[in-house]
Amino acid sequence: MKIRKIIFIFFLNFLILDTVKAIEPDIFVQSTVNRASKVLSENISKSDKIEELKKIAIETVDIKGIGFYTLGPIRKTLNDDQKDKYSKIFNEYFLKSFSSRLAEYTNPEIDVFDKQVLNENYTIVNSLLKGTNERPEVKIDWRIYTKNPDTPLIRDLIIEGLSLARTQKEEFSSILNTNNGDINSLFKSLEEFIKN
Amino acid sequence: MVKRFAIILITTFALISNSLAASDGDLILKKNEPSEIKDCFENLNRATFAFNQALDGVIFKPVASVYRKIPSPIRSGVSNSLDNLSNLVTIPNNILQGDFVMAGVNTGRFLINTTVGVLGIFDVAQALGISEYEKEDYGQSLAAAGVGPGCYIVLPVLGPSTTRDAIASTANFLGGDAWFNVTVKNDTQYFTDVNYYGTKATSGVDFRAKNFDSLENLKENSIDFYASVKSLYLQDRQQKIANTKKIINTQNDSDWEEIESN
Repeated sequence: MKIRKIIFIFFLNFLILDTVKAIEPDIFVQSTVNRASKVLSENISKSDKIEELKKIAIETVDIKGIGFYTLGPIRKTLNDDQKDKYSKIFNEYFLKSFSSRLAEYTNPEIDVFDKQVLNENYTIVNSLLKGTNERPEVKIDWRIYTKNPDTPLIRDLIIEGLSLARTQKEEFSSILNTNNGDINSLFKSLEEFIKN
Repeated sequence: MVKRFAIILITTFALISNSLAASDGDLILKKNEPSEIKDCFENLNRATFAFNQALDGVIFKPVASVYRKIPSPIRSGVSNSLDNLSNLVTIPNNILQGDFVMAGVNTGRFLINTTVGVLGIFDVAQALGISEYEKEDYGQSLAAAGVGPGCYIVLPVLGPSTTRDAIASTANFLGGDAWFNVTVKNDTQYFTDVNYYGTKATSGVDFRAKNFDSLENLKENSIDFYASVKSLYLQDRQQKIANTKKIINTQNDSDWEEIESN
């Protein structure tokens, strides 16, 4: 009787733990958005908001993955030192760019309403940013990397069908093309952005 | 004039009917893939872009910033009215693309909104449950027929385009836009050139006002603003040509698949 009870409790715990570990991408997006909205509506300075938003981004965005995606095919030609340097600079660039973009909004209301599982690695979560007097309603889709279902990560924001990651990739590609594919030119542009 | 337009319409339609058989959605998407569109005149484009930016700073941005202060219902009315007028280009293009059902729907939308909706100020058609309005133009019709985009170009004042779309837009001045015909081309006692150019300028201001914060934000956070605008324009154009609400990026996301991180 006692053994049966132990086995039952063991399996029950196992089931509960398994359920708790896997986070549904739509719930993940809604909770991330709620966290960001809370920060944006708080009565704190803009610089404090930026710092809080950076913390959220570090936890929820696959900055390294986005960095290598936006680098395009040239990433295959980089050595390990260049890759490390790029990841470090991109991380700083991304956090500055991302948080200052978001910090302009005050109390944005975003509702998650649907999701499409593309494959085991990706789910697209659909949401709507409610319209205000200043701007119309905006459709935002989120590309969620779900390879580790217990720690989903944001890899792209697709605003009204326009991918931010893809835009950034083409921006980086333009800089590389006008500088004969020299990665140092991209490092320089990113470093200048971080300094300003 | 009408004769000339009829010839252009029939010739284009014949061209489209022939090439539609050979083209499919994937091919059209591939042809209009932003990364595949060459920036053949990049130096000139960048110079024109800088000129447009200066013009924006002096004219469009200040005007849009004042326009944004107008009460929202009035701005919506103006925007609806401009959308309603654009049906006059959308409907012939629905026909050119062989989408006769949508041509009928948009004709109904135009008639209802022009009459019951008081010159398009109120979008009564939408309130009646008529499907969401999608603009079409002569560039999209050529793209749907399988004509490639050519090179990316930046036009003075008008902004980003492609050689195909810029050439196709001349159809508007050759009888393809009924609003142009009744205001500029033909002497009617009701409208003048001012009405046509006034609506075009208002469209520009309305677009700038709707995207005011997004454009400012993009400008501030871009390391190459020209490249960002080019990418966003070509992505948007690809989506409009494909007539899809789908996320085009997911249709070709092999580049993501290689990336393993964390």
